[in-house]
Amino acid sequence: MTTKRIIPCLDMTQGKVVKGIQFVDFRDAGDPVVLAKKYSETGADELVFLDITATVENRPILLDVVERTAKNVTIPFSVGGGIRTIEDMRQILLAGADKVSVNTGAVNNPALITKCANAFGNQCVVLSLDAKQMAPGQWNAFINGGMKDSGKSAIDWAKEATRLGAGEILLTSIDQDGTKKGFNIGLTREVSRNVSVPVIASGGAGKKEDFLDVFVKGEADAALAASLFHFSELTIKELKQYLKEQNVIIREAL
Amino acid sequence: MITIIDYGLGNIGSVANTLTRLGQTYQISADPAEIRSADVLLLPGVGAAGVGMKNLRDRGLDVAIRRAIQNGKPFLGICLGMQLLFDYSEEADTPCLGILKGSVKKFQRERKVPQIGWNLVIPVKTNPNAVRLFAGIPERNAFYFVNSYYPIPADTSVVAATTEYGEQFASVVAIKNIVATQFHPEKSGETGLRLLQNFIKEYV
Repeated sequence: MTTKRIIPCLDMTQGKVVKGIQFVDFRDAGDPVVLAKKYSETGADELVFLDITATVENRPILLDVVERTAKNVTIPFSVGGGIRTIEDMRQILLAGADKVSVNTGAVNNPALITKCANAFGNQCVVLSLDAKQMAPGQWNAFINGGMKDSGKSAIDWAKEATRLGAGEILLTSIDQDGTKKGFNIGLTREVSRNVSVPVIASGGAGKKEDFLDVFVKGEADAALAASLFHFSELTIKELKQYLKEQNVIIREAL
Repeated sequence: MITIIDYGLGNIGSVANTLTRLGQTYQISADPAEIRSADVLLLPGVGAAGVGMKNLRDRGLDVAIRRAIQNGKPFLGICLGMQLLFDYSEEADTPCLGILKGSVKKFQRERKVPQIGWNLVIPVKTNPNAVRLFAGIPERNAFYFVNSYYPIPADTSVVAATTEYGEQFASVVAIKNIVATQFHPEKSGETGLRLLQNFIKEYV
């Protein structure tokens, strides 16, 4: 069985890493490539890059950041933000990314998922799903950087997207994002139980116990955090030591 | 010099970056003549078996790879590049290169497929090739996998390491000049780099 993955997330805009609260109010966290290299060397299992304003600003993703990252890290990384076509995806993979995440582009054109999965394999296509609670036990998928309700139920969209060929789901709770109140356990468990691909939980990590909860109660395969790691409130080493003590199977880096 | 076989699939960039990091020179080639005369071959792979074999055949690379391996050239296959070495893959009902006897099957027992993530790789201690490839790598080592299918070698003596994902499978095979891994050493941090270094040291 695979280990539970710890994934630092680098939200970028204009080539810099930023961190927001509930998708707004961003704070500068530094150079993406420097941070990526640090995480790769200190035990991160994977990295996620999101160009969070690419869709809204209607511009392509920053390929040079992807290229420089690929030269400096030895672990897998995915890249997302503003991807609309199979050609966008090809360019990101050629620049050295291992996976591409799609959100708005896939909601507007679900066939994009199938096309990309057929061309590059399911494992390359990550559905980035930004979910917001509408009623108890009911979440909708949001697009355009969390600003627009797609009208789709998050659970139904997760199921449909995996049927179309998405190989993994990066599930962000908009309600929890940046609050440090813990992951959205109910949402994560619902999605994880309804799909047969790995689910990466995102949004709300505030302390190491939150990771234990989302792995055990939320049934997540991987957990993602940003500011917690960027501002060194918790190191990956401390987190992994704690999870190991709690009998969670994690990777111990050399 | 290591020749990375370009068959229009896979993460050639990652493999090339890793070789650079290890101080190796390489060329990326889709030319059968270059493949036949290469010193060392590396067949990477991310993608589907059917498309992979079609691309190899369309470019005449299947014949070139078989010839180079028969001539004793060191060969490293990664992920799909491992699976294609066998006779047959269940994926899209695909006849493969047939360099190693056996077939490639889909995971049946785990609910989540593809397997995506880090998993333990246990070297077969009685296999001298495994000892060479895993020199300096601690016992409980994890490597990065992304696969829905896995090979079942007909000759179990080629198995150099095993991994468990619902079922136990061969995660490394090694025989004569051939080494192949189901995981991605180029994406497996320092552990992966060490295994690649061992391959280069022992085979190249």
